[in-house]
Amino acid sequence: MSPEPQRKLSSSAGVAPAAAPSYRPATCTPPGAWRGAGYGQPFGATERTDTWWLMPLAQALGLGLLGLYATWAAFQGAHYEFGNYLSPFYSPLLKPAWWPISPAFLILWIPAGFRGTCYYYRKAYYRAFFADPSACAVGEPRKGYRGEVGFPWAIQNLHRYFMYFASILLVFLWWDVIRAFIFTDPDGSHYLAIGGGTLAILASNALLTMYSLSCHSLRHLVGGKLDCFSCAVAGGPRHGAWSRLSALNAHHMGYAWWSLFAVCFADFYVRMCSMGVFHDPMFVTFRHLFDYAPKISHFLL
Amino acid sequence: MSAGAVAGAIAGATAGAAAAAAGARVKAEATTAKREAVLRVYRGDASGGQEVEYQVPVETGMVVLDAIHWIQAHQAPDLAVRWNCKAAKCGSCSAEVNGKPALMCKSRMERFAPGEPIVVRPMKTFPIIRDLVTDVSWNFEVNQRIPPFQPRAGAEWKWQQHDVDRAQEFRKCIECFLCQDVCHVLRSHELKHQFAGPRFLVRIAGLEMHPIDGVDRTPFLKDSAGIGFCNITKCCTEVCPEDIHITDNAIIPLKERVVDRFYDPVQMVWRAITGK
Amino acid sequence: MEPFDTHEHEVLVIGAGGAGLRAAIEASAMGCSVGLVTKSLLGKAHTVMAEGGIAAALAHLDPQDGWQTHFQDTMKGGSFLNHWRMAQLHAQESPDRVRELEQWGALFDRTPDGRILQRAFGGHTWKRLAHVGDRTGLEMIRTLQDRGVHQGLDVYMEFTVTKLFTDGGRIAGALAYRRDTGRFVLFRCKAIVIATGGVGKAYQVTSNSWEYTGDGQTLAFEAGAELIDMEFLQFHPTGMVWPPGVMGLLVTEGVRGEGGILRNSKGERFMWKYLPEARRHEYAADEAEARAWLDAAVEGQQTEARRPPELSTRDNVSRAIYTEVREGRGTPHGGAFLDISYMPAERIKKKLPSMYHQFKELADVDITATPMEVGPTTHYMMGGVRVEPDTGAATVPGLFAAGEASAGMHGANRLGGNSLSDLVVFGRRAGAGAAYYAKGLTATPRIPDAEIEAEMRGLLSPFERASGESPYEVHRALQECMGTNVGIFRIEKDLETALATLATLKQRAARVRVEGGRTYNPGWHLARDLRNMLVVSEAITRSALLRKESRGAHSRLDYTGLDPALGKVNMCAKRSGDGMQVGPTPLPEMPAELKALFDAAPQPAGKAT
Repeated sequence: MSPEPQRKLSSSAGVAPAAAPSYRPATCTPPGAWRGAGYGQPFGATERTDTWWLMPLAQALGLGLLGLYATWAAFQGAHYEFGNYLSPFYSPLLKPAWWPISPAFLILWIPAGFRGTCYYYRKAYYRAFFADPSACAVGEPRKGYRGEVGFPWAIQNLHRYFMYFASILLVFLWWDVIRAFIFTDPDGSHYLAIGGGTLAILASNALLTMYSLSCHSLRHLVGGKLDCFSCAVAGGPRHGAWSRLSALNAHHMGYAWWSLFAVCFADFYVRMCSMGVFHDPMFVTFRHLFDYAPKISHFLL
Repeated sequence: MSAGAVAGAIAGATAGAAAAAAGARVKAEATTAKREAVLRVYRGDASGGQEVEYQVPVETGMVVLDAIHWIQAHQAPDLAVRWNCKAAKCGSCSAEVNGKPALMCKSRMERFAPGEPIVVRPMKTFPIIRDLVTDVSWNFEVNQRIPPFQPRAGAEWKWQQHDVDRAQEFRKCIECFLCQDVCHVLRSHELKHQFAGPRFLVRIAGLEMHPIDGVDRTPFLKDSAGIGFCNITKCCTEVCPEDIHITDNAIIPLKERVVDRFYDPVQMVWRAITGK
Repeated sequence: MEPFDTHEHEVLVIGAGGAGLRAAIEASAMGCSVGLVTKSLLGKAHTVMAEGGIAAALAHLDPQDGWQTHFQDTMKGGSFLNHWRMAQLHAQESPDRVRELEQWGALFDRTPDGRILQRAFGGHTWKRLAHVGDRTGLEMIRTLQDRGVHQGLDVYMEFTVTKLFTDGGRIAGALAYRRDTGRFVLFRCKAIVIATGGVGKAYQVTSNSWEYTGDGQTLAFEAGAELIDMEFLQFHPTGMVWPPGVMGLLVTEGVRGEGGILRNSKGERFMWKYLPEARRHEYAADEAEARAWLDAAVEGQQTEARRPPELSTRDNVSRAIYTEVREGRGTPHGGAFLDISYMPAERIKKKLPSMYHQFKELADVDITATPMEVGPTTHYMMGGVRVEPDTGAATVPGLFAAGEASAGMHGANRLGGNSLSDLVVFGRRAGAGAAYYAKGLTATPRIPDAEIEAEMRGLLSPFERASGESPYEVHRALQECMGTNVGIFRIEKDLETALATLATLKQRAARVRVEGGRTYNPGWHLARDLRNMLVVSEAITRSALLRKESRGAHSRLDYTGLDPALGKVNMCAKRSGDGMQVGPTPLPEMPAELKALFDAAPQPAGKAT
């Protein structure tokens, strides 16, 4: 090249760098070469003056208690139905003869896996149970750390498959919501009503749905994976869906907690009714709705 | 070092007493009454150091960086601090204020209870140079290794605002390295040789989501930047002074892209069949 | 001799802001080995503070725009003291430089049809500023930074250059110290590009950071280069003066447009007193009329009422605030009250969100509840190293300059948005000029050891003194001297006082003592920067003394009008012995075809395309 400063346009204008990208390690420094004062600080060591331990403690208690309840309820294998109510832990109700334990375990691995690999719950339990870290800028108990590299934690990468299964489950769960509205008289006729259990099951499913819709993996699949919306097929609608899901995604933590509470409560409510502890109140009753089309309710049930 | 620190502490005490006497004469104004703050500033270098206490008169609207400057000008002229714009736009004055990674120019003195000592320490993830200054050059080394922007061949230089909204969020980054400081992978576990850290995952996200960038950095993300080491505990997002949603908007979408390529069995089979 | 490291490059660029990075990229693209030295970390330069945008006649929104109109706007803004060729090159090349930034990965805001969006700005005839929200400078510096490091620049972060060496009048290298260790570093090179930015830290109230100490201007001056237009220092009339956390930060004119009222310490709305008689009829006669105008503006209605007096021209508002403070009616911290708190809080938050958040977050000042204290703030240096427009070459062979450190582009006053485009247009030209020069140089210049040793000894002398002032004291005194005597309004007597004070300050600066060691010692760094600030302060003061007129950013209370004779000269400062010689130097004549642009009436003349 013959450099000539008076020329009109730069030689470098618009020319992309010639070198092809090479995949070297992110740094070429040997381990430990950049150690700061934070390395190897003992568990809990920090200059923080706030109550940093409160949040991980609350999370551990919340997750622990709800997790214990869910496990206990799943093991019961009884009192999961009350009339037209079905506990969400047992839906869809599968009872193959060869299955030795509670039917809950046939389906419960789906929500457990969905939540267990959830990007929000991972944060919560890594902090609360693994102290990895328990709070920001606080010393950790363990020396070795591999993050989500390698077995077993690389399994977190299959979050989207749990999301697929959970979406199928949601269809059954919405079926249960419809059933929770349809009550049966002693004479076998059906009527529409709203009872306490109806509301509990409806709330649980609505929140589960919001939790699923705000999933990070779903957001990625509907549009997040695109680099350029306006260059893609159906880019406009995908951008619309992506931005709406992104708005929900900002509240993923809230939906995670509320849906967990709600689903446990729905099971608890059905269980208590079934055990005769609660008396299920009826709020609204539409007695003759199915008189003209009894087949509808038969089909739904 | 220790002799200097002691001298600083003594100077601090005398100046503090004088300022306190002056403070008594100041009549209460409509604004915040004049008061003094106690700053415990880390003084030292690679060979060691300790916190030295300084009394600083507090003015309305004062930030921790102002207090540090006051100490420099009146009590410890050699107090090392890195700063530039003092308006939260350059990201130079990163430190740990009461144990929390923060920009000193954004840490207002009013936020601390009167009488509560304010502890100012250098970032703990990087080797200390002196006082509040750490050696952050590792970050610049990482940046150099990220495959740079390269436009797709034949791309048209036209796109919509909604195509760049995402990447523009990542480009707000002022490189204060507070996210790098708070990230436990770098801070506690010292995996700087395997993990690029949140700042550079944000940078890669900005490149990957550039509408006409043509470079595929997914293998780099997995193998060189070590995205798998991130366990999304979100401390980076908590400390970001630019309110970039580092975890939700940058790291997790990148993790999903890595899943697409390396972990999703259906997509892997599909690619094997179609050859794409 | 004190130990030092040696690095060799063909081109050394001092300063890693927009101009320095662009120069380094260009020189490196032309095949030179380039060293880039910066006082801070890479990417922290003052360029990140630029918000508005980068001015370029892309004509995306206003098809009438073209380089001719941009050229005319720039020349008029600079009161025709600009170097016509620089203004022309700038107007012609800035669109290419903006597109180039985009091709290097910058993400500008978009028009609905997918092109780079442009916004309107003061002094620009058409919508011209390509921007990224309110962080255009950051986008630019990141883009250049990433382009640069991947192109193989050697970046020396946290190095301060203290002296340029010449060999037979040609640039031979530079001495620097590492801020982190205090160790000395010698750069051997054939050409040097100065891109060190401005001088604002000579003033107390400034929007500039600690780095802006006039290093480049001083290095060039001491190496024998000429500095021109040093009297043109842009002050913004409304910068914060209180609280200290936001001192110098700009308060947008929009605050006054939204109803902000200026009052003195007695609570008087003083702007009425300062309206020029000739234009008094354009402004409201009393509070009621001003309020009626504002109410109509809020409702978006037409009104017979005239504008409030606060919306007078910038220089007039500055003059008013200045006079109030001088006559003892200033606020406790030497400014005026700018009050918008009487307006509904919701409206303030909606119309001035960035102002509201800026004060709320950085200063804990709620502008919906308390008045702000404002005063003129030092903002931008139009003057600097005199350069040849096409190559950025200074008057010393091998020395080049670009950006705020160079002069000529903006004349007596800079238009908003023209600084970012200045950086890339002339950064690139200076880089190319330096590379071209370095490639043409066969012999490597030599640096005598004695000169290196003398400079190192001088740098270490503040450590050796058993007693002496703190450099912070001298700095405070300098800032006070410049703020009081060489501020936005100047008068012969004050300028003479300043010169005398600067002479004593120079002696005090030579005797400062520094505590501690050489490792990251800001006191020591300031001791050195002081010297630079004193040199540029003297150049500002001497140039201001000679310009006995008021033009652009230079306002003399004793010479309030324009002097046509002075409109044909630049003030030029040059080293003579150990002193400084300042005198007029003729402005280059604009060619006839460019002159014709201004004769074609009426303005604006975008149709010239």
